[in-house]
Amino acid sequence: MAHRQRAGPRVDADAGRASRILGGGGAVRSTLIAAVSTVVFFGVLAYLVVSSPGWPEVKEQFFDGEVFRESLRDITPRLWLNIKIFLIAEVFILVFGLALAILRGLPGPVFFPVRFMSVAYTDLFRGIPTILVIYIFGFGVPALGLSGVPTSPFFWGVASLVLVYSAYVSEVYRAGIESVHPSQEAAARSLGLSRAKALRFVVVPQAVRRVIPPLLNDFIGLQKDTALVALIGPVEAFRQSQIEVAANFDYTPYFVTALLFVVLTIPMARFTDWLSARQRRRMA
Amino acid sequence: MSAVELHGVRKSFGDHEVLRGIDLVVEEHDVVCVIGASGSGKSTLLRCVNLLEPIDAGRIEVGGRDVTAPGVDPNQVRRGIGIVFQAFNLFPHMTVLRNVTLAPREVLGRSRADAEAEAVDLLRRFGLADKRDDYPDRLSGGQQQRVAIVRALAMRPQLMLLDEVTSALDPELVGEVLNVIRELAAGGMTMLIATHEMSFAREIANKVCFLDAGVILEQGPPEAIFSAPREPRTQQFLQRIVEAGRL
Repeated sequence: MAHRQRAGPRVDADAGRASRILGGGGAVRSTLIAAVSTVVFFGVLAYLVVSSPGWPEVKEQFFDGEVFRESLRDITPRLWLNIKIFLIAEVFILVFGLALAILRGLPGPVFFPVRFMSVAYTDLFRGIPTILVIYIFGFGVPALGLSGVPTSPFFWGVASLVLVYSAYVSEVYRAGIESVHPSQEAAARSLGLSRAKALRFVVVPQAVRRVIPPLLNDFIGLQKDTALVALIGPVEAFRQSQIEVAANFDYTPYFVTALLFVVLTIPMARFTDWLSARQRRRMA
Repeated sequence: MSAVELHGVRKSFGDHEVLRGIDLVVEEHDVVCVIGASGSGKSTLLRCVNLLEPIDAGRIEVGGRDVTAPGVDPNQVRRGIGIVFQAFNLFPHMTVLRNVTLAPREVLGRSRADAEAEAVDLLRRFGLADKRDDYPDRLSGGQQQRVAIVRALAMRPQLMLLDEVTSALDPELVGEVLNVIRELAAGGMTMLIATHEMSFAREIANKVCFLDAGVILEQGPPEAIFSAPREPRTQQFLQRIVEAGRL
């Protein structure tokens, strides 16, 4: 098996050399090879799955046509809650993440406590599994019974995602800010702009443009993680699929939800690719 | 009252002392050129004057005011001093017009219409009127450097610092930037210029300072420095420049 895997790239290299030798005919030959290789690859994969001993049972429990249609009808509307969680969280994450990154970059000994807090925050919330943050805030804070503090699981679900993802996003922003050459800030300061205005007009706009692709990548992760909010109560797509599974003793609703999430994230993924490619073209 | 006075200015980066006691006076409407080998401290000297680099010892006065005294607001000081860098340092995400109007609007609080009208006037004066809506990466190096000069002038500075502004340019683009500096000098602008363009320094300067290993070894009128340098180090430096065909 290991031997066969290593043989793969060598065949590709041969094909590449051949296409270069063949010149104009190379393109047709490459397309043909790609088509044949794709069909063979997925054919073998499908055969392995379908011929496995447990397949008939899995097929019945995960890919039941009738349950599929039924749960698709029930789960799809619940996806709106995921989208709502995602959109609200995203706005706050963009703002908090940037604030954290800027606080961390404040110079001078006076701001040491601020920098320290920012680093500690990032370490903490990147370290704790998202699911635990959701449990701790979703169940813990409302249990304190403080007046004026929201108790809605939706609120704490969104808040937890904001807390966790702000930590990731602040690191992305920070990388962007550090990638802007110091001469840009020097030029802004030399015109009499304060440090805050130099950041606002010169450094941050350039930093944000550079980090849009990695930011969107984090948001693809966020779109998926909206499903975790289900664990403290709100009935979104994943929670609805759990309900359906329990009602039918059939796992097809999970498959439906997985499919829906993929459909939800693909546009964002392609948009990210497109932006990255455009950025590369501009750099060239 | 002199435009700029430096008294015993010292500056180190780590263990390396770049400026080792600089005394220099620039009178109003003077053009002072600082020459010297790469690494002799020319750029650092200029960056100290507009407080981009804090100095370790000594005193700098701009327009009679000690700008290195404690409690001085550097933003306030920099408003009156334009600096132009070797690498232009235009803001790549802004159009030419926005590059020029940013500081007048955000620092001086001038209205958009007002700032743009003056920027357009300046751009026209330096042959850049048709570039106002372009982004810097669409311009040639010479055009970018002229925009950088206009950007500094838009703050109506009393003093301009030019840090090897032609060193990053292709040879055929040097002339257009030097012409702009000539025009500024003719208009009476006080300038402190770090440069490798010896014949230009000879033509434009009232005073030339030879900076060597962090001290001003020799200063005087250009004829004296270029034709009859007293110090052996100055003679050596100019000899090498002549051999390289640059004078």
